[in-house]
Amino acid sequence: MTKWLEENTPKLVLAPSFIAILVFVYGFIAWTAWVSMTRSRLLPKYEIEGFIQYDRLFASPRWDTAFGNLFIFGTLFIVIAMILGLVLAILLDQNIRTEGAIRTIYLYPMALSMIVTGTAWKWILNPGLGLQAMVRGWGFEDFTFDWLVDPDMAIYTIVLAAIWQSSGFVMALFLAGLRSVDEEIIKAAQVDGIPTWRVYTAIIIPSMAPIFLSAFIVLSHLAIKSFDLVIALTGGGPGYATDLPATYMYAMAFSRGDIGQAASSAMIMMLVVFAIVVPYLYSELRSKDG
Amino acid sequence: MKSYALSIACGVALGTSGAAFAEPQAEVLHYWTSGGEAKSVAVLQEEFAANGGTWTDMPVAGGGGDAAMTALRARVLSGNAPTAVQLKGPAIQEWYEEGVLADISAVAEANNWEAVLPASIAGHMKCEGSWCAAPVNVHRVDWIWANANVLEANGIEMPTSWEAFNAAADKLQAAGIIPLAHGGQAWQDATVFEAVALGILGAEGFHKAFVELDKDTLTSDAMVATFDQMRKMRGYVDPNFSGRDWNLATAMVMNGEAAFQIMGDWAKGEFMAAGKAPGEDFLCASTPGDGFLYNVDSFAMFEVGGADKQAGQALLAELVVGKNFQKVFNLNKGSIPARTDVPLDEFDSCAVLSAADMAASSDNGSLLPSYAHGMALRGAQAGAITDVVTAHFNSDMSSADAVQMLADAVANSM
Repeated sequence: MTKWLEENTPKLVLAPSFIAILVFVYGFIAWTAWVSMTRSRLLPKYEIEGFIQYDRLFASPRWDTAFGNLFIFGTLFIVIAMILGLVLAILLDQNIRTEGAIRTIYLYPMALSMIVTGTAWKWILNPGLGLQAMVRGWGFEDFTFDWLVDPDMAIYTIVLAAIWQSSGFVMALFLAGLRSVDEEIIKAAQVDGIPTWRVYTAIIIPSMAPIFLSAFIVLSHLAIKSFDLVIALTGGGPGYATDLPATYMYAMAFSRGDIGQAASSAMIMMLVVFAIVVPYLYSELRSKDG
Repeated sequence: MKSYALSIACGVALGTSGAAFAEPQAEVLHYWTSGGEAKSVAVLQEEFAANGGTWTDMPVAGGGGDAAMTALRARVLSGNAPTAVQLKGPAIQEWYEEGVLADISAVAEANNWEAVLPASIAGHMKCEGSWCAAPVNVHRVDWIWANANVLEANGIEMPTSWEAFNAAADKLQAAGIIPLAHGGQAWQDATVFEAVALGILGAEGFHKAFVELDKDTLTSDAMVATFDQMRKMRGYVDPNFSGRDWNLATAMVMNGEAAFQIMGDWAKGEFMAAGKAPGEDFLCASTPGDGFLYNVDSFAMFEVGGADKQAGQALLAELVVGKNFQKVFNLNKGSIPARTDVPLDEFDSCAVLSAADMAASSDNGSLLPSYAHGMALRGAQAGAITDVVTAHFNSDMSSADAVQMLADAVANSM
């Protein structure tokens, strides 16, 4: 008996969380997939009707905007946050005296919720209250910075606020990565008289590839699930110019009583996540095997 | 969500412990949670208690009722519906089709609702001929509010046609005053749009377009003209309007920064709360054109088991449509009674005007449901129209494109 317990304890301990994940993650993914094939409106219905919800989804100009915004927002957010984080980390890595204090300052935005970030930036970017009004108050009457109320530019304000929020976190990730590079190699390079920028580009950064990958995965899931920032900063507006798939899904499911439509948009969002995560998992698993 | 489920479980446990007495019980799900609204609901609670009932309050704040509807969905799916739920418009019929609404025809007939409610409002309260909901109030949506001093200083009358409105707005703009106070949120864009549409399409055209979703009307020249007028309206708002809340727009009219606002009669509450007097500090009139767009709050009655709960449901329905509650509640909330035989002595001049217009429009068939406030259409269709309206208002889309998009969006939402 004790031997049986000894052998099976890990399985027994893991079983509850395994079952919970099976039901509450994969079970509900399957449920959503099912509902996305039905004509569900106010309450879920279960008669399969084929792909009508997906047809409706792709015929909707609002979904086009939301899906296009996901790529504008995601690409700019991930790329700029990574570059900014890397530059900050390298600058901070120069053995400066007040590193601890500066690191804390840059990391602090991460401690705020997206709602706070969104609200603060809403006021900063509001042309009548924030930056534009301030600069005009200094006497530059022609100064214009009205991205927040310009349907073509509003999506970039969301990029701006999201980068402000997350680049400190990326910096911390990269800083840890920089510190983990073997000092001996760097010293050897310095002895050989290789300039510092070459040390970074040829030795340190390439050896940080796994950190880049983790930063990318963290940032891309932040981008895809972005919801609260949009709600607080623009409310999806002007019009629906800053809608993202997550806000589209929320509007369909909770404001319009169109559950089938919401489920189909959720499935598309999940496919986007899969498209990013599956290659990552694949490369991870393969490198472990090999 | 877990703690919420727990609190429901506790509520149910408490409820059953009192069931032995078979006194009227009602659990009421509503989203009247802001100051004035909460006060209005308290009136009903007191009256319910005074008639020997036990009221279980279930307020769900947030999202203009979205959060309450999510709570309702969870309750209905778990087979434990509340006694009465604040619901309105076609949502009542949508829930009826799910087979979960109760029949309160006995109460309605005993209290002669048919005679005291305007026919088109009574229509919303019936599900296939039987009464299933009780109306609480009537908000008029197609109001235009104005700052009396600003109009007087610029020699402008309240406009009675959209041409007159445009002329007045041009004059105000030249004088450096914002003609139209507006908040760039989708529902506010839709509110202005439907007021314009009522004026240009007329009552019959409005009914065809936004109740019947008639394709020919949706793509008609009059609809193009409606979008043309919306483009003009866009020129009359200040550049900083995006995302502004409606009450801030009302404040702009109050302090003379802007001249007009098109908004339902909840805006009156803001003026009143700031100590402004109707007719002196601010003016109210219906937007140009004939007709009356209503937004009626109501309680839908859900199928419940147990004599005590059914007694509570009947009592609640009777009280809600009762003269006393209709008067006190609407004085608090700024709307007008749904029944037409309530004395209006204590109401202000705007409310009296609203009640007179409601009676007149009910007689000539121009008493119409508001599409922007979820009275005319189901969520998916109304939402599809609002998407087009707000996309047009916030871009430089042409009216012809907007009309085409409107027809496509409506077809796609079916």
